[in-house]
Amino acid sequence: MRIAVCVKQVPSSNEVRMDPVTNTIIRDGKQSVINPYDRFALELALQIKERLGGSVVVVSMGIPATARILKEALSCGADEAVLLSDRAFAGADTLATSYTLHLGIRKIEQRLGKFDLVLCGRMAIDGDTAQIGPELAEQLGIPHITDMEELLEISQEQLVCCRLADGERQRVAVQLPVLLTVNKDINQPRLPNIEGVLWAETAPLHLWNAIDVQANLKRCGLTGSPTQVVRTQVPQRDQECKILLGSVSEQLKVLQHLLKGED
Amino acid sequence: MAGLRINTSLCIGCGLCVSACPQGVLVLEDGVAVEQDGCIFCGICVQTCPVQAISIEKEEVVDENIQYSGIWVMTQLRGDGSLLPVSLELLGQGLRLAQERGCELSILLAGAVDLQVQSEQLIQAGADKVYVCQDASFAIGLEEPYYTWLADMARTHKPEVILVGATDWGRSIAPRVAARLRTGLTADCTVLSIDPETELLLQTRPAFGGNLMATIISPNHRPQMATVRPGIFPLPEPIAKPKGEIIRCEPLAKIVPLLELLQCETAQSGRTLADAEILLIAGRGIGNQKNLKLMQTLAEALGADWGVSRPLVDAGWAEYQHQVGQTGSTVAPRVLLSFGVSGAIQHLAGIGRSECIVAINTDATAPIFSVAQIGIVGDCVEIIKEWLKQIEGDSTV
Repeated sequence: MRIAVCVKQVPSSNEVRMDPVTNTIIRDGKQSVINPYDRFALELALQIKERLGGSVVVVSMGIPATARILKEALSCGADEAVLLSDRAFAGADTLATSYTLHLGIRKIEQRLGKFDLVLCGRMAIDGDTAQIGPELAEQLGIPHITDMEELLEISQEQLVCCRLADGERQRVAVQLPVLLTVNKDINQPRLPNIEGVLWAETAPLHLWNAIDVQANLKRCGLTGSPTQVVRTQVPQRDQECKILLGSVSEQLKVLQHLLKGED
Repeated sequence: MAGLRINTSLCIGCGLCVSACPQGVLVLEDGVAVEQDGCIFCGICVQTCPVQAISIEKEEVVDENIQYSGIWVMTQLRGDGSLLPVSLELLGQGLRLAQERGCELSILLAGAVDLQVQSEQLIQAGADKVYVCQDASFAIGLEEPYYTWLADMARTHKPEVILVGATDWGRSIAPRVAARLRTGLTADCTVLSIDPETELLLQTRPAFGGNLMATIISPNHRPQMATVRPGIFPLPEPIAKPKGEIIRCEPLAKIVPLLELLQCETAQSGRTLADAEILLIAGRGIGNQKNLKLMQTLAEALGADWGVSRPLVDAGWAEYQHQVGQTGSTVAPRVLLSFGVSGAIQHLAGIGRSECIVAINTDATAPIFSVAQIGIVGDCVEIIKEWLKQIEGDSTV
C-alpha cells in the first residue's frame, strides 16, 4: 500500500489580532505547526501502513522552513518527505497549489509506482477553503471522498468508509486509488518517540523546485492563480447596543424578561 | 516573473507595510522595505503604503472571455428530491447579479427522480432558463455524476459565473469542476456583487482568522466560480409573470461511477442548533471547562440550547456539532445569549440572523458588542452563577 499524505504549515493559532489603533496585524512570533486536520490524515496513513504494510510519503508546498514540520512527520513514522519550494510557487491559490502538489506526487510515483491512497486534512485552519482535496484529485485523475469519518474496510484493491455530508451519514465503497479528506478527531495522532526522532535525522527529505518537478510556470504560484485578492477591509457594523448597567441581579432581571418575551 | 514589486526610489522607509504584513515577510533594510520568502500576495501592504511604492505584478492571460455570458446556479436536492433552501437563496442572488450584469440567469437541476415540480418552482422564482437532467446514476454515484455533468455543461454553454451552495456537497463538487475547467473558485462567500467598472464578480469572504473581509476576483479566467454560504440570503419572492424556459438535457454519457453509495442515513435525528429558539453560546471568556458545564446546566434549566465558538471546539471542550459560526452551524434564535465570545467575523457570520443578541464580555471593545442589541460589560461566569443560584432558590422555595 503506497500512501501520500499532503500537509500544510499553518500559524499555531488561527486568531490574528488586530491593533485597533493602527489597524494592523499584531504578531507575537507564534511558531508554525502542521495543520491540525492534516495530523489526523497522517495518523490514518500510519495506521493503514501498520496493518497492510507499504510506505507513507508526506508532501508539502511551502517556504524552506516548512522542512521542520516535515521532519516532525518523519519522526512520527513517515518513510519519506517531499518539500516543494520555489519562489515561483509563492502566492498560489488552491488551483495553483493543487497543480504543484500533483507534480510532486507524480515525481515520487516515477520512482515508487502509483499511490493507492492520497490523504488530506478536511481543510487548513488558516484558509478554510477545503478545496485542495477535490482539486488535487481532479489533477491526479482519481476519485475523491470528502469529510471521511471512519474507515470501515480497506484492502489492496478497495475501501469502504463512512462520511458525513449535509447531515447524512453515507457508507461509500470505492476502488483504489482514491483521495480522501479526513475529518477532525477520527483518531488520536501519535507523538514522535526517540526512535522516530533519530530516524527523522537521516530519513529522506527531498527538496524540489520548479525545475525538479518540470513545472509549467504559467500554472504555478501567483501567475497560475486565477483568483486574486483585490481588497481587504475591517467590517463596519453600526448596530446600536444598549449597555446594561447596575448590579448583576438587576442585569439578570432584564435578561429574564427578555427570555419571557417581555420588554 | 510575477511578484511583489517594491519601488525603492519611492519607498520612504516608514515601516507601515512591515507592521501590516500578516505573514511577517517584509523588513526594513537600509531604510527601505524588502520582501523575504513567504509572501502570499494578499495585497495588504499595497493598500497600506502611503506613497504607492508597492505593487503586485501579474502576467496577463489573454483568452476568449468575451464568449462567456450568463449567471448559473447549481441546485442541490434533498434525499426526498425537494430543493435545498440554499438553491433558492442562490437563485435570489443570481437574479440580482444577472440584473446588475444585464444577462440571463440559468439554473442547473440534476437528479434521479422526476424533476418537473422542482423545475416549475425555479421558473416561478424567476429563472430565465432551467437546464434539467434526469439520470439514474445521480442516485448512486455521489458527487461524481453531478460534477461531470456541470463541467460538461459549462464547457458547452460557457457561463460567465457559476454559483454553488457552500454545503458539504457543494464544497465537494465545485472544486472538482473548477480544477477540470482550470478556473478560479472562491470558498464560502458571504457577499457577492458585480463591479460596475470591470464587470467582474466581486466575491467577499472572511479571511485571516475572521478579522478581515477579503474581496476576491478572477479577472482572466472563466467561468468565475464561488461557493456561497447557506442561510445568509433571503428566499426570493415568486415573480409576477414567470416566463422562463425549461430545457431538458440528454442523460449522461454512459459513465461508470467510481464511487458507490452503499447506505445513507440521517446523521442526527431531531433538533439541531439551527432550530434553537433560545441559544446560549460560550466563547473563550468562559475561562474553563467547569464554567462551560455551568452554562450547560443553565441552558438546561432554561429549556434552551447551547453552542460554543470555534476555539472551544479546537480545545476539545465541546463537540463540533455545538460549534456556531462560519465553519459550524448558522443559527437564528429569538434570543441569543453570548457568554465571553469576542466575536471574530467567522463567528458573527453564523449568528447574524438572530432576532436579539445579548453580549456579555469583560472587554467593552469586543466586536461582539457591535452586533448585539443588549450588552453587559462584565464577567459572564458571574452572571451564570447568579442566575443558577436564583433558579436553585426558586426550586427550593
